[in-house]
Amino acid sequence: MTIIKPFVPDGESIDLSDNQDLINDLKINSAHIVDIVLDIEDKFDINIEDDVIGEMNTVADAVDVVMKKTA
Amino acid sequence: MGVVASNAIGVPSFLEALKQGKSGIQHWDELNRLNLRSQIGGAPSLDTVELSEYLPRLLAAKLTNKGIIYACLAGVEAWRDAGLTPSEEKTDFNSGLIVGSGDLSFDSWINREMPVYPIDRGESRKLGSRTISEGMNSGAAAYLNSILGLGSRIQSNSSACVTGSEATLMGYEYLAAGRADRMLCGSTEGDGRYIWAGFDAMRVLCSDSNDNPTFGSRPMSATSTGFVPSGGSGALVLETLESAQKRNAKIYAEILGGQVNSGGQREGGTMTAPNSEAVIACIKSAVNNTGINPEEIDLISGHLTSTKGDPIEIRNWSKALGLKGGNFPHVNTPKSMIGHAIAGAGSIELVACALQIQHDFVHTNINLDQVHPEILDVIDEDRIPKKSKDQEVNTVMKANFGFGDLNCALVLRKFKE
Repeated sequence: MTIIKPFVPDGESIDLSDNQDLINDLKINSAHIVDIVLDIEDKFDINIEDDVIGEMNTVADAVDVVMKKTA
Repeated sequence: MGVVASNAIGVPSFLEALKQGKSGIQHWDELNRLNLRSQIGGAPSLDTVELSEYLPRLLAAKLTNKGIIYACLAGVEAWRDAGLTPSEEKTDFNSGLIVGSGDLSFDSWINREMPVYPIDRGESRKLGSRTISEGMNSGAAAYLNSILGLGSRIQSNSSACVTGSEATLMGYEYLAAGRADRMLCGSTEGDGRYIWAGFDAMRVLCSDSNDNPTFGSRPMSATSTGFVPSGGSGALVLETLESAQKRNAKIYAEILGGQVNSGGQREGGTMTAPNSEAVIACIKSAVNNTGINPEEIDLISGHLTSTKGDPIEIRNWSKALGLKGGNFPHVNTPKSMIGHAIAGAGSIELVACALQIQHDFVHTNINLDQVHPEILDVIDEDRIPKKSKDQEVNTVMKANFGFGDLNCALVLRKFKE
């Protein structure tokens, strides 16, 4: 959540929930998805491949990717 | 107006700092470790600013390019100081901006850990989405405009040390041509070893004050050994009189006009040294274009970098204006206090000019125990303030001279209704 929040316009006043779509619901600029991925990679010391990025549409998807890669 | 300088951030603090002769120059350990001859410099103290009060959350959290941060802080301060609010929804097609820099990519090298390395390791995906926008020369203007929402010309000039003055003159010309109501004009430069090492290698930086940093920058001194680099940004909101009066805007001063030219790197001019005939022509032109009488000039804000060029500059001013001895105007430059902010210099120094007009004072030149004898051959010593003092200031000439043999001179006057 702390990684995603800075990229959400009005992020301070919104509660993030699992089924929110990053681009369509949270209005994150699609250009920033790569930044979120990089921040996640740095924080959890994992590597996220390009095709996996394409599957990360919602908050829950992002959490799933982290869980799988840190298992 | 807005200002981010090595000795103060924000116009009220900058005004105080100018009056008190406060220096922003410090010793930098890393420059010592890295074997630079000159180990002093100035950087605005960003830790004294709450970025989120000026920048949208995302920029406050993620911007790393200092030149861009300085430009945004100065620009937002200026916009608010002018009584304007950044546009939320609609584009403001009546206003534009010109904010130049010398080289924004230098900052990106320091702050983003050398983008070239991931590229050459085959890991360019690590660059993320902002390496381009934060490194491109138009980055400062672009990010500032993401905050302000302006729709007229959005431009980034780049003319070395002349950038800030030139941006302001271009803004003036744009308004005079009736192409916008308002132009925010400024310039910026970051700070640190990647920008300064190149100057150090040229041996043009002050090398005798590593143990006494605040003494290093001493424009017009007999003992200057080179300039002291710094970072920072200044911003001025220029507006047509009509538009300003319609909304009762605060008016600091009027820009009467100016001139910009180059010595062509001929007749004595080189990449780094001016063609004096061109300097003189630039100043004379500015005087003619604005219709002022040289005797009306109360203050010259010179380029005066604390190098061997200072006496030459004073001689050029004297020849161009036909004034010398006790008839020469007062002359100063903020550089003794803030160092040379490279592309940021002109805009910060113009803010100082407008403040001296608005508050009727001439600020001090610190570190002047010994004025250069060649300067005293041309002008009386009391023309160079060594303490800030109150006096009526109605007409100021500002000039900067930059690498590439570039010259820019502007005339500012107190506005009287």
